[in-house]
Amino acid sequence: MHERSVPKELLTMVAQYLSMTAYTATVTVRLKHGVLDPEAETTKRSLERLGFELSALRSADKFEIDLDADDASAAEAEATEMTERLLANPTIHDYEISVAETEA
Amino acid sequence: MTVAVVQFGGSNCDRDAVRALTYLGVDAERVWHEDGLPEETTGIMLPGGFSYGDYLRAGAMAAQSPIMDEVRSKAENGTPVLGVCNGAQIGCESKLTDGAFTTNKSARFQCEHVYLRVERADTPWTNAYDVGDVIEIPIAHGEGRFEITEKRYDQLEANNQVLFRYCDKDGNSTDDANPNGSTGNVAGILGTSETVAVLMPHPERATLPDIGGTDGEGILHGFAE
Repeated sequence: MHERSVPKELLTMVAQYLSMTAYTATVTVRLKHGVLDPEAETTKRSLERLGFELSALRSADKFEIDLDADDASAAEAEATEMTERLLANPTIHDYEISVAETEA
Repeated sequence: MTVAVVQFGGSNCDRDAVRALTYLGVDAERVWHEDGLPEETTGIMLPGGFSYGDYLRAGAMAAQSPIMDEVRSKAENGTPVLGVCNGAQIGCESKLTDGAFTTNKSARFQCEHVYLRVERADTPWTNAYDVGDVIEIPIAHGEGRFEITEKRYDQLEANNQVLFRYCDKDGNSTDDANPNGSTGNVAGILGTSETVAVLMPHPERATLPDIGGTDGEGILHGFAE
């Protein structure tokens, strides 16, 4: 019987994975202040038609991303890159990101 | 000149584009985005439609397709690139041009004829016209409102990158003639080079004489040179 050797790279990967924590990054993307939001305006008018009184309504998209990372700041950095590259269009959007350990 | 009309899942103006270009004597073929650009590509058109169902934002998903890296590098090397409607949204999302096209001021999908004033006549897309010419071309979009930060809008103006503005029949860029609330009545802009342009109106729908006006054919002539 001969010994089976596990490739070192694989061991490193497993060790890295085991030391990672599961995080949920919550990304909120909204139009920049001053950018017209016709859908929110229409929604506001509909609420008024239902008899509600409100002075303003803003809408936003919320994304919850589950990911594994070494620590919270690494998770936030990863989520920030995702947001900059796809989830938000920096020309018209602002965004906020909060990161928390994923609840089991 | 072989124009690659790039087809994404949900593109729907690709056949119209090929037909209009063929009518003008320009060799054009549809290219599925996953197949990449053919070697003989000497022009690229990003056609209209609803790629990826406009998920997230119109054009956002198609802009991530690997073919767009090829399109950007071809564009940098001087290959003419024209984005129309959804293709214009993809162009902005993939940074071929500045700005963004977002929800119409009316919050509605609008399908109508509009007038455009030609702002530049020294580009491949417009040298069939004179500056100030008014052309009539259809729009068909829900997300066509041109948005850009004030500072970058000033830069666009300073660099003379506005190609078309919505206007009335007499060429006045009024609020009434602005169908979607676009900043500065902008309907189409140039990228950093004059060979790259995006516009929301559909020139391929105003090229074949059998289906109405032909005011748009001058724009597609940009590929004929």
